[in-house]
Amino acid sequence: MTNPAPSPAPALPVSLAANPVLSSWIRFSSEGQVTVSPGKVEIGQGIVTTLAQIAADELDVDFSRVQMVRASTVASPNEGVTSGSLSVQQSGRAIRQACAEIRQIFLAAASDQLGVGIDALEIRDGTISGPGNVSTSYWELADKVSLDRAATPGAVPKPSSERALAGNSVQRLDIPDKVFAQPRFIHDQALPGMLHGRVLRPELSGAKLADLKQDGARAVAGLVAIVRDGNFSGVVSETEAGAEAALNVLRKGATWSSGETLPDENRLAEFLKAQPVESSVVDEKVAAGAVEKKRTMRRQYTRPYVAHASIAPSCAMAQWNGDRVRVWTHSQGVYLLRADLALVLKLPVENITVEHMEGAGCYGHNAADDVALDAVLLAKAAGGRPVRVQWSRADEMSHAPFGAAMAIEIEADLDAQGEIVDWRHSIWSNGHAARPGRAAQPALLAGTELANPFPRMISTNPPQANGGGGDRNSIPLYDFPSWQIESHRLKTMPVRTSALRTLGAQGNVFAIESFLDEIAAERGEDPVAFRLRHLRDERAKDVIRAAARRANWKPEKRAGTGYGIGFARYKNTGAYCAVVAEVEGAEDIRVRRLTLAVDVGEAINPDGVINQIEGGAIQATSWVLKERVRFDDRRITSTSWSEYPILRFSEVPEVAVELIQRPDSDPVGAGEAAHAPVTAAIANAVFDALEIRVRDLPITRERLIAAMDPGA
Amino acid sequence: MPRIQFRLNGVETTVDADPDRSLLSILRGPLGMTGTHFGCGANECGACNVMVGDRALAACDTPLWSVADKDVTTIEGLGSAENPHPLQRAFIGEQALQCGYCIPGILMSAAALLKQNPRPTADDVKAALDRNLCRCGSHNRIVRAVLRAADEMAIP
Repeated sequence: MTNPAPSPAPALPVSLAANPVLSSWIRFSSEGQVTVSPGKVEIGQGIVTTLAQIAADELDVDFSRVQMVRASTVASPNEGVTSGSLSVQQSGRAIRQACAEIRQIFLAAASDQLGVGIDALEIRDGTISGPGNVSTSYWELADKVSLDRAATPGAVPKPSSERALAGNSVQRLDIPDKVFAQPRFIHDQALPGMLHGRVLRPELSGAKLADLKQDGARAVAGLVAIVRDGNFSGVVSETEAGAEAALNVLRKGATWSSGETLPDENRLAEFLKAQPVESSVVDEKVAAGAVEKKRTMRRQYTRPYVAHASIAPSCAMAQWNGDRVRVWTHSQGVYLLRADLALVLKLPVENITVEHMEGAGCYGHNAADDVALDAVLLAKAAGGRPVRVQWSRADEMSHAPFGAAMAIEIEADLDAQGEIVDWRHSIWSNGHAARPGRAAQPALLAGTELANPFPRMISTNPPQANGGGGDRNSIPLYDFPSWQIESHRLKTMPVRTSALRTLGAQGNVFAIESFLDEIAAERGEDPVAFRLRHLRDERAKDVIRAAARRANWKPEKRAGTGYGIGFARYKNTGAYCAVVAEVEGAEDIRVRRLTLAVDVGEAINPDGVINQIEGGAIQATSWVLKERVRFDDRRITSTSWSEYPILRFSEVPEVAVELIQRPDSDPVGAGEAAHAPVTAAIANAVFDALEIRVRDLPITRERLIAAMDPGA
Repeated sequence: MPRIQFRLNGVETTVDADPDRSLLSILRGPLGMTGTHFGCGANECGACNVMVGDRALAACDTPLWSVADKDVTTIEGLGSAENPHPLQRAFIGEQALQCGYCIPGILMSAAALLKQNPRPTADDVKAALDRNLCRCGSHNRIVRAVLRAADEMAIP
């Protein structure tokens, strides 16, 4: 044993270190309220409520006193992007730490004012009192205590046993507005004098606007302006109906070039493997001793391009005032969007204000940022009036980035006993991130369409230290003696890709967990026992055992019914999740029931976690059974709900979630934990039911038939 | 422009507009009622469902002329924070949404169901909501909430 390293000096949480001024996070207003200003945004995941719980707990104020401020580049802490299931980890820890220090600052001030030692003071709902009925409050002291100071690492948040709200399923703050039709969505806002814009986009992929006849559109009632800059064009109208009508006429007057060739949607693996790539070794593990390989198993798994397909098309508003512009957006990162807008507009960032407003459910890098630039460009022609732009359903389904298609090859060397002695995992995929605000060039769609265009940003992968991209969850958590993990990122991008929930984890876990099942089946070993035997992490084993127990693993076999297990720890550093899927069917697979066990460490809002896990499980079921972006050689063809079907009420499985509470472990996010293990569990259950191994998602009737007869 | 009259959330309403325009565009445009949401414009997602009489219809695919002299109920007319419909109470109680964008249309489909079938089974609810899409995966909570509202409404 070596001596343990001396414990490092306490460090501030990453978001607080980047934004140390306490008043940028927390303020006490004179009306007895606490204003909390996170840099993360509500995207349908309920984060705002969870962050309010954390603040109320640490400050000892009633939950109802907490007012949450929407993120804006005017004053909010810059927390980058709301993504990667990191909001509780980053914003939550920052707010908890800031509140802990603020609590100490106010206790010290109260001690001075009241002449009572700090240890004799207590805080109840913001009132600070001591022996002899002396008291003051955050609000009485607010004028005397400046929070315009940098956070220091010394403050220690309360132990979990003293938190009153964390661990309670507080009702979400935003839900009443949403059931009572209070205008909370960006789509439902009406700014004074607001105009409406629409942008003309080609049906053919990458087509250039050769000619645009504008006379017809000019004659449409309400028209304010037609904007054209290179291949970018659009209309501005007094009314939304007028903008739609003008766009329809403008479309008829547009002549497009023939565009670019798309790959063969039925030969995605061949396409992915034939492209120029940037290759990297993700991880390598060398065997401790000599191993004897008897034979090698090799399999290939694929997933298609997957659409975000939010129920609302993307929407934004913009208003110019001289050379300054104000933008309202449902982007995941107001500062990152601002940086890209500055690049396109060639303006200093100080001239651009970006404010967040809620949009419909956001599952990654969708068109929110693109439509913001559209609004900014159209608003230039609006004479200082605000312009609201909303994409069409078809544009949302074809021009927004997709989750990247993947081909994954795994080889396992087995010894004479059929034990895995070496494991090799290779990924071919476009990058899984082309987000704005991170490069010297903008990532926004209209930027590539202007007369002086910016190049199309080819998506890349975040480093493994941030969870990786195409390689996310490719390193097995199983204790194999050796492995080699490789990633081949495409340097071409005929189909636009960027971050969709889990990035590459869905594909990698589908491959790993399917392959493990195939090996276990060959060995005749129970797949749950096989996994447990190869895991060393007790939290991992606990979720597998809990899911198996709750699902009565393994129920007796009935004809046409199958059960499968899937497991992953998201990003190998986040939430643990194990799933047992029960499926039935012969031609069309129906998922009857998903039983999940989840460990997110400290679950601040257990019902919020369960809601996210249920939602992730159902969304993943939709991906697995139905979803595949369709295209021919020239255009994306899945531009409507009938061509891109998603799971319906009658097809939704029962979902049971068991939450393993660990109040003393750091909280991690839940929004992406379920997708990958659910995918694998369904595929494994299909094999259990039908003895057909589907290695190409989605598991449709056609794929089942193809898998029955691989030679066909 | 022709003048078309209908009752909107119980209030006599007159609109001067092209009768072929969609009810959704009239609601969200000249009437300024943005509780009913645009989702696809093709009657494929249910986000814009309203009640015409006792039936749920996609407002994006309902021409203005077709609601002349009829009763139209939108989410704004279902209930309010002060006087909530049992469905709205139940959706809060079950925390039956994630982003909530599809919810107004789903509430109107559910309200129409409960008018026609006050004691639905879970399968009845799923069938009634099958044309409403939810992308966040809140389906099971939504079904529970509708059944909870039906239970509450059944109490005399």
